[in-house]
Amino acid sequence: MSLVSEGTDFRGPLAASALAEPSLATVGDYVALMKPRVMSLVVFTALVGLAVAPGSLHPITAFTALLCIAVGAGAAGALNMWYDADVDAMMTRTSRRPVPMGRVRPGEALAFGLTLAGFAVVTLGLLVNWFAAALLAFTIFFYVVIYTVWLKRSTPQNIVIGGAAGAFPPMIGWAAVTGSLSLEPVLLFLIIFFWTPPHFWALALYRADDYARAGIPMLPVVSGDRSTRRQILLYTALLVPLGLAPWLFGYTGALYGATAIAAGAIMLGLGCQVLRERLPAERASRNLFAFSVLYLFLLFAVLLVERGWGGLIVRLAS
Amino acid sequence: MGRADRPFGIVSIGAVMSDQRDDDGIVLTEAQKRARRSRSIAIALALAALVILFYVMTLVKGPGVLIRPI
Repeated sequence: MSLVSEGTDFRGPLAASALAEPSLATVGDYVALMKPRVMSLVVFTALVGLAVAPGSLHPITAFTALLCIAVGAGAAGALNMWYDADVDAMMTRTSRRPVPMGRVRPGEALAFGLTLAGFAVVTLGLLVNWFAAALLAFTIFFYVVIYTVWLKRSTPQNIVIGGAAGAFPPMIGWAAVTGSLSLEPVLLFLIIFFWTPPHFWALALYRADDYARAGIPMLPVVSGDRSTRRQILLYTALLVPLGLAPWLFGYTGALYGATAIAAGAIMLGLGCQVLRERLPAERASRNLFAFSVLYLFLLFAVLLVERGWGGLIVRLAS
Repeated sequence: MGRADRPFGIVSIGAVMSDQRDDDGIVLTEAQKRARRSRSIAIALALAALVILFYVMTLVKGPGVLIRPI
């Protein structure tokens, strides 16, 4: 870190003060850079991909794979916070992040993110397999370059396309075991991919002022409230059958099917409530945002219990 | 590493010629020292964990751990 502590000015006015004072960044600030809440969802979905994959993987190798995926996700988060420090400073939700608060300098965040990304990808390649490592590298690249640098500030479809980055972890987990991909991990990818728009647009509906102030062209800012609510319902209607697909294709049992039907019905119901809601009311949007997290967790948790848990126990015992 | 801790040999010529700066350099506050110490400990622990991880994985996979099909 010594090079960046000397105040290397990588971008923007936020770095201008970097020469002034030695760093006060704590370990906690660096942990915050890795977006631990996002990381926990990434680790969970990767664990499911890893657990449902056919074949065996030594528990320590599985742990190593999850560790590398977690660190890779953290690296992507740090690089996102480095690039987005200017817009983060303008948004209530993100203004207390370490870089806009001045606790971590932009150059330090950049160096931290690049170092973590390098270690995560190389370690995954050396200790697990290079196909999974290549997927992890592509995921970090996609999140940082395609989503953060390119799409986020240029199109209202930013989180639709960029959502792919968050959907890759189960595929990486699967690839860590098998060294390849098949239809099942692609279905898991599609579930998260189509889950992302209603999840983030529900948030954006009641944070539209924040995004507008920061100049981020989120759908409610560009296309308006009504259009966003219609798009939320459309993507929810696409998500629900996709959530059922693992059961329809025979990959899961009745418990998953029942969960996907019940949770999908609630998602659709909340999507309809969001469509009917009128500003300034935001209760339906908040409810959909909160339930969408539970929806994804439920589907993957049941998948883990039905398909993965038994397999994991066998692997641990063997 | 803060500027106050640089070895003398890499201090800039301007700094060497400035006797005021030579005497004092940049003095870290207690908060800055604590933050630097916590970062140093975290880096040390992370490196130790990496060494242990590679060691254990070598035991798990055998000596051919670094020979992987691409």
